Amino acid sequence: MSTQTIPKSRTWGGGNSPFNVSYGKLMMWVFLLSDAFTFSSLLIGYGAIRYSNPSTPIEQIESLDLGFGENIQEKFAAPGVDAHHGEHFIPALRELTVFSEHQWPSPDLVFNHFPFAHGLHLPLIFVSLMTLILILSSVTMVLGVEAGQRGDEKAVSKWMLYTIIGGFMFLGCQAWEWTNFITAGATPWANPYGPPSFAALFFLVTGFHGFHVFSGVVLNIIVYINNLKGTYAKRGHYEMVEKVGLYWHFVDLVWVFVFTFFYLI
Amino acid sequence: MSTAVAHANTEEHHHHKESFISKYVFSMDHKMISKQFLITGIIMGLIGMGMSIAFRLQLAYPDTSFPILEWLFGSKWAPDGKLDAGYYMALVTMHGTIMVFYVLTAGLSGTFANLLLPLQIGARDMASPFMNMLSYWFFFLSSIVLLSSLFVETGPASGGWTIYPPLSALPKAMPGSGMGMTLWLVAIILFIASSLLGGINYISTVLNMRTKGMSMTRLPLTVWALFLTAVLGLLSFPVLLGGGLLLLFDRGFGTSFYLSDIYLGSAGALEHTGGSPVLFQHLFWFLGHPEVYIIIMPALGITSEVIAINSRKPIFGYTAMVISLLGIAFLSFIVWGHHMFITGMNPLLGAVFLVTTLIIAVPSAVKTFNYLATLWRGNIRFTNAMMFAIGLVSFFISGGLTGIFLGNATLDIQLHDTYFVVGHFHIVMGCAAIFGMLAGIYHWFPKMFGRMMNKPLGYLHFWLTFISAYLVFFPMHFIGLAGVPRRYYAFTLLPEYGVWADVNVLMTLAAILGGIAQLLFIYNFFSSIFIGKKASQNPWQANTLEWTTPVERIHGNWPGEIPTVYRWAYDYSNPAYEEDFKMQNVPDEGQDVELFETKKQSVLSTNDESVVENTNFFDLIRNWFKPRTA
Repeated sequence: MSTQTIPKSRTWGGGNSPFNVSYGKLMMWVFLLSDAFTFSSLLIGYGAIRYSNPSTPIEQIESLDLGFGENIQEKFAAPGVDAHHGEHFIPALRELTVFSEHQWPSPDLVFNHFPFAHGLHLPLIFVSLMTLILILSSVTMVLGVEAGQRGDEKAVSKWMLYTIIGGFMFLGCQAWEWTNFITAGATPWANPYGPPSFAALFFLVTGFHGFHVFSGVVLNIIVYINNLKGTYAKRGHYEMVEKVGLYWHFVDLVWVFVFTFFYLI
Repeated sequence: MSTAVAHANTEEHHHHKESFISKYVFSMDHKMISKQFLITGIIMGLIGMGMSIAFRLQLAYPDTSFPILEWLFGSKWAPDGKLDAGYYMALVTMHGTIMVFYVLTAGLSGTFANLLLPLQIGARDMASPFMNMLSYWFFFLSSIVLLSSLFVETGPASGGWTIYPPLSALPKAMPGSGMGMTLWLVAIILFIASSLLGGINYISTVLNMRTKGMSMTRLPLTVWALFLTAVLGLLSFPVLLGGGLLLLFDRGFGTSFYLSDIYLGSAGALEHTGGSPVLFQHLFWFLGHPEVYIIIMPALGITSEVIAINSRKPIFGYTAMVISLLGIAFLSFIVWGHHMFITGMNPLLGAVFLVTTLIIAVPSAVKTFNYLATLWRGNIRFTNAMMFAIGLVSFFISGGLTGIFLGNATLDIQLHDTYFVVGHFHIVMGCAAIFGMLAGIYHWFPKMFGRMMNKPLGYLHFWLTFISAYLVFFPMHFIGLAGVPRRYYAFTLLPEYGVWADVNVLMTLAAILGGIAQLLFIYNFFSSIFIGKKASQNPWQANTLEWTTPVERIHGNWPGEIPTVYRWAYDYSNPAYEEDFKMQNVPDEGQDVELFETKKQSVLSTNDESVVENTNFFDLIRNWFKPRTA
């Protein structure tokens, strides 16, 4: 097809789509704009409560003298106590008032666990892995969209499957992190690491994001099955893949903000 | 293929024979959905108005027994025919919620966006008729949930329509904070889903589905207003959703986003720390202020159309009208703090909100002056719709002026939570928006139902409503200036306000008069559907595309091709033409059709794009970013 350049006045002149997109894709963009405001409201609520609490002073953290990969359960266990059983790190830091109701805990000290590495101080390593998984699943989604534009049914299936697996892996990681957080004693109304609001906001915002990821996975599965059934090949275009792709990238983008605000600041 | 032909045939067949369910209940036709919105809105409006009359009776005659109240609300909420104090608050809360969200948001923009957007831009239906249907049914479900809260044991929500915590966050704070409050939140979340589905649809429809020649600068102002209303709703309702989620967590999961260690006399201090009720106010009013423009903007759009048609003049300053709508839409997002001047906000921040608030007066004044300039030396036809449109202009002026009082932080500290505020917003957004809605109903009734409404009854309705509305709300300014606070059940124990008792009686009598006037309208509306005079195709001699469709409702709006547009919507009394109007689809002699040849859709055709070889990962990424040209 030949598309010649057309003056702007005609682009908006009616009888065609000014952005050259179908109404379905336009709707997805508009929905994402709206959803961005929902997340913003939650993150602004987070900011308001976060900054009504003082941060943990950096000197206090440095005075703990934690080495990367050091076994902190052993380090903070009372002499003569079996460090492999029970929790020693949190009570010790509460004793030292590093964790206290009066200051916002440092994420480095809260999110320092890793599966099968019990007791080792690995700050933010696990959440970085989660982020990497989610970003990689966005890459596979891009490749799926690209395959759809080529009309390559098999490649769409392949990349959609990888994206679905990535989504499930992310959800699994989140479940592990929640379990870990909850077994440490965190609930929406109590938090061993500091102010209860920290835990409440963590559950609310990561939960709301996780709900979005879950819906995204469900949408991806629907598209994957439709593609296996040959629905899009019959239809002649793979626009559905692009639409769920937009949603998936949005969820990924939101995670970047959640990650920044909850773990890095 | 034979199957394809067969499929096409069944579709054809389907269009001709609709079952009752698919035609009237789960209809996907935008015209039917607009009627569903309208009639639900009218029913909700009657309920909301009935509530207001009930609590006005209480305000005027605090010591008198009204058996009808006991009959209506039962002996629990109105023992001996006198309203229970807690139930008075519940009625005020439900009245506000119903009127703001269910009547003036869904009832107004739901009705007219559904009816007018496809018809006026020249589209066969909404972008997604299915989502449109969902939007109505979410709204219906939401109404049912809200009304059901009237029947729970502890009564409906009673902390005011703004549901400020802690009354809304602590389920045991008072009876209305319990089940009624939970149902309120569920209803509003359903409502937000409905508004989101609708808004996405309206925006995509206006952007993507305009007919040939219908450029953005040729859109009727109703379409502009409804479009920007949808944008406002789309960006502000999600913030209420976020705020409502936090509130649900506070109520159900023991969090303290909005709660701090408040000391309660009997129960001691609460076991909550770290939250702030002011956070809720910020999140709420970030919706709450755009919300008043969500209410008034469709009414302003309808007025622009009705005034231009019935003055037989082009609307004065079309571009200025569009720019002022855009200005109002933008400014409405940065003024929410003026609802919170007395919450202990930083005075500097208060000053910022004061300035942005007063700037809104500029686009609002542009609109008002343009209405007046359109009327000026026009060949005015006083139809029912025109009366209501002029009524809107009157309310918009008198309510807008008191808005300038309240926008000043210094004055607001004195006037906050008095009847001055109640009078102000009832005139500027209550009455003005209702008048816009009524103007729209009288004007487009022939389009909706193919019949005309009774004109003399319409005039009677107008004058009774107009007079009673001013009689109810104008005196409120005076008692508000004298310091009478709002949301008080009775003033019998406050003798300093006793001098205003007679004014309260006057306002109540006027409210009853207004209620009776609405019954006239209800009779007129429902009887005209069946026995009204048959309408002609273009009864008001208007220019816009909806009057080019046949009178009978058909699926797809136009029997043949969709008309092409050759001019703007306001070619009235143009001396170049014989008649005093020229419809948008009528070309001038020799007007070039080719002008509107537009580029073909190239989105969905992937067949002829060059196929990229699956070489390696980086090539794929590079190709993805390469601008796609053929």
